[in-house]
Amino acid sequence: MTDPGSVGGGGPALESFASAEVADLATTQSDERQRKPRSLWGDAWHQLRRKPMFAISAVIILVVVLMAAFPSLFTARPADYNNLDFASQPPSASAWFGYSFQGYDIWARAVHGARATLLVGFFATLLTVLIGSVMGIIAGFYGRLTDAFISRFGDVFAGLPFVLGAIVILTTFNPPGSEPSGTAVLIQVILSISVLSWPVSMRIMRSATIVAKQLDYVKAARALGASTRRIIFRHMLPNTVAPVLVYATIALGAFIAVEATLAYLGIGVRPPVVSWGVMINDGKDYVQTSPHELLFPAGLVTITVLAFVMLGDAVRDALDPKSR
Amino acid sequence: MSTVYDGERGEFVAEPAADTVPLLAVKDLRVEFRTNDGVAKVLNGVSYHVDAGETLAVLGESGSGKSVTAQTIMGILDMPPAVVLGGEVLFHGEDLLSAKPARRMQVRGEGIAMIFQDALSALNPVFTVGFQIAEQLRVRRGLSRAEARKGAIDLLDLVRIPHAKQRVRSYPHEFSGGMRQRAMIAMSLALDPELLIADEPTTALDVTVQAQIMDLLRDIQRERDMGLILITHDLGVVAEVADRIAVMYAGRIVEQADVYALFRGPAHPYTEALLQSLPRLDLKGQDLKAIKGLPPSLTRIPPGCPFHPRCPRAVDRCHQEVPDFHPLPGDRHSACHFAHEMLVSGYPGSNPDKHSRGLSRGDA
Amino acid sequence: MNEPILQVRDLVKHFPVRVGVLFKRTIGHVKAVDGVSFDLRKGETLGIVGESGCGKSTLAQVLIRLEPPTGGTALFEGRDMFALRGNDLRRLRRDVQIVLQDPYTSLNPRMTVGDIIGEPFEIHPEVAPKGSREGKVRDLLDVVGLNPEHINRYPHQFSGGQRQRIGIARALALRPKVVICDEPVSALDVSIQAQVMNLLGELQRDLGLSYVFIAHDLSVVRHLSDRVAVMYLGKVVEIGTADEIYGQPSHPYTQALLSAVPVPDPALRGRREVIRLTGDVPSPVDPPSGCRFRTRCWKAQDVCAEEEPELITRVAGHPSACHFAEAHVVVGAERENS
Repeated sequence: MTDPGSVGGGGPALESFASAEVADLATTQSDERQRKPRSLWGDAWHQLRRKPMFAISAVIILVVVLMAAFPSLFTARPADYNNLDFASQPPSASAWFGYSFQGYDIWARAVHGARATLLVGFFATLLTVLIGSVMGIIAGFYGRLTDAFISRFGDVFAGLPFVLGAIVILTTFNPPGSEPSGTAVLIQVILSISVLSWPVSMRIMRSATIVAKQLDYVKAARALGASTRRIIFRHMLPNTVAPVLVYATIALGAFIAVEATLAYLGIGVRPPVVSWGVMINDGKDYVQTSPHELLFPAGLVTITVLAFVMLGDAVRDALDPKSR
Repeated sequence: MSTVYDGERGEFVAEPAADTVPLLAVKDLRVEFRTNDGVAKVLNGVSYHVDAGETLAVLGESGSGKSVTAQTIMGILDMPPAVVLGGEVLFHGEDLLSAKPARRMQVRGEGIAMIFQDALSALNPVFTVGFQIAEQLRVRRGLSRAEARKGAIDLLDLVRIPHAKQRVRSYPHEFSGGMRQRAMIAMSLALDPELLIADEPTTALDVTVQAQIMDLLRDIQRERDMGLILITHDLGVVAEVADRIAVMYAGRIVEQADVYALFRGPAHPYTEALLQSLPRLDLKGQDLKAIKGLPPSLTRIPPGCPFHPRCPRAVDRCHQEVPDFHPLPGDRHSACHFAHEMLVSGYPGSNPDKHSRGLSRGDA
Repeated sequence: MNEPILQVRDLVKHFPVRVGVLFKRTIGHVKAVDGVSFDLRKGETLGIVGESGCGKSTLAQVLIRLEPPTGGTALFEGRDMFALRGNDLRRLRRDVQIVLQDPYTSLNPRMTVGDIIGEPFEIHPEVAPKGSREGKVRDLLDVVGLNPEHINRYPHQFSGGQRQRIGIARALALRPKVVICDEPVSALDVSIQAQVMNLLGELQRDLGLSYVFIAHDLSVVRHLSDRVAVMYLGKVVEIGTADEIYGQPSHPYTQALLSAVPVPDPALRGRREVIRLTGDVPSPVDPPSGCRFRTRCWKAQDVCAEEEPELITRVAGHPSACHFAEAHVVVGAERENS
């Protein structure tokens, strides 16, 4: 049983036995920093910069982002550069990743494919986090029936097996035989990922909001007469966004993998649009004869996903003051 | 100290060796915490001792090192970040710091037991209280399941938990704060330790429950002739139960004395200031004599006496020279250059007379 | 004697206990505050003491309108404060403020001290024109004994005591008439407690504040309070001037509470009367019938279970809710005589 009367009214809130001394150490350490004031985000950044894991993942992500933004920096050939004479040739100096069965330069194609892959990852994450956060804040802040409704609604989506759900949604939109435009499929893939994964970020945001609502500084702001908008945007969001940010980083990596899965199944992004998933789909039939056609794009997906997961880990550590 | 008759010399002399080795002696303990933000000198030469049947109160504010000392004694310090630079923890004269892990393990529980402030996190939530007490008896004493259960009930009885037979099956969350603290005391007594370290055992409890727990600890200690180290920040609790006090400040013992003597006339300005800054139930006044400033950062302890920036008595010498922790008449010690003067001038200490308080009210 | 600025009558706050996933059933109520009445006079400090679960913090939250009351009224300067809406409520926010217990959670870690203390002015822009705000924040920092130069620092760069001063400055920004202090010093170290208590005393004298001072530490309450109310399980069991409550407590709970407080003077060891309560505070969901203290009371008779004692003056010149009220000196006797 919980007794609201006892909240804050209990014994002295001295930290538990060990943390009392540790907490004091923390204050003494912050005395140290008083000469050069830094915000918590500043501290997190300071912490991040010293992590080799962060440096490695940041470099990988930067390269991939550059590929997506400026493919011409990495290859002079267009995505559809095609020469059947070189079909299935292994990697060489002229084509670092070799040629596909259809004579495409796999390196050139991979560089150009980064764009669609990243677009899906980025926008799916953005949408997921936006929908989830808004829902989570509403559920956590208003509680009661609103919370019950949103939470159960989210459970419905979270309960669907992810791949199955995506197959159902995408085949409904594009029944076999239809020929949707490249952009349309891209948007459909982004939407179906977001619709199926927002409950996760909703739950994260909801619990962060419920915790934040009980915090003393939110109480103090309410006692001052602060509006709901001020409380949410000034007091709650800046302190609840950290866990969602960590989730977003890891999710971005995961969604890149999902894009590849859907394309592999033939229901996601498809030619003429090039993505890493499309390339894996193309290469899957020739694993025996020219494995490089599958291995290189698959390797790229793996490395990129890994980089985002590592980044997420590093960000979480940096944002968690206890891990310092 | 007891005396024996020395036939050879034909006189009474202090009883030698065996009895003069204290139950536990901490000698010149030095501990650092090494973190990314620098080296915090947490313990800077801490020495104290406690005898069987004696209650030593270790008094200090957070960050003074009182809990770290206890954790070093128990060997439960997190290393890293902690590094033990030197010193000895002598249990019956045997240095535990250089003892083998197996021996330390044995001393823990059978020799020295510890209870914590937060009983809820010290008890495992997924096992019943009875099981957790009984487990120790089974593993360490080799008792059978039934015997251990009986032992657990007896222990719960001992710590005055009503209906022990039924409560033995309860989980920690089913207990109230006071009951949990009792259960933890029962657990610590399971192996019949010679010394109990209680780290802020009543800080999280309400006053009426605190009084019950302190009574319990005192009674158990008397019955078993156990040594008790009571770590606290509460001068009131100290005054009611302690035999001797060691006052800690910035990782040092600054004063150590018999409880009556210390409250009658402190021999260190920090102790004096603490006593004067305390609101009291039996005295009323408007302004307290607050200690100015903050405790020092342990990464940058000031040179000289660590208390000098906050000390009303500080002179140039205090800025440069670290005062020795030196003996004073009446079996007490102080780390202040002016300890003698303080005792001679007979400062009011715990007896701030009403007139001086009335004046300070007028001043403000 | 000053007129009352805050009159609380029969204040009740019950929290429903709900179970269920989608459709919640109410299975009972936590009777956190259950009929509390008192007056707060202008310029005085009313101390409210009690153990955890007695409802003193809930009382604070209802009085600053963070939680709606279940019943009862509170008149602030003669107007029913629970009926205020819109602009009148905003006005009330300026007059009644709160200082919270935990200096580590009561300040938003992502805001600078200047933003924290300046926020009241942003919410109530009529109090201070934009250009004057920084100056006002600096003044407030100075008033609570902090360096005005530290305006751009973050809370984590301050110690616990300094943070509590920031919280006090925020509460004072709108020039309130009543400040509710909810355990303002209980999270602080001994040597820092005195500094903050002195500050609260000074501010009261300089600004003419009225305090409702909530604490579990009876020594702290005695030090700051003119009058004291003792709460047990959602009810006031005894109320009177500090001298009456500490000198001649007439309710057994007050006596037990006073007896349990350790006095920092070993010379009194064994010379003080020991009253030890057994057991714990019963659950506020299902409080005992009649007198709520009877389950732990050594004076309890049949009538205590049947009839709830009213809070009226029976002995010692102040109200006490006990059928067998009897003034009894628990502390300070030896000291007064010697």
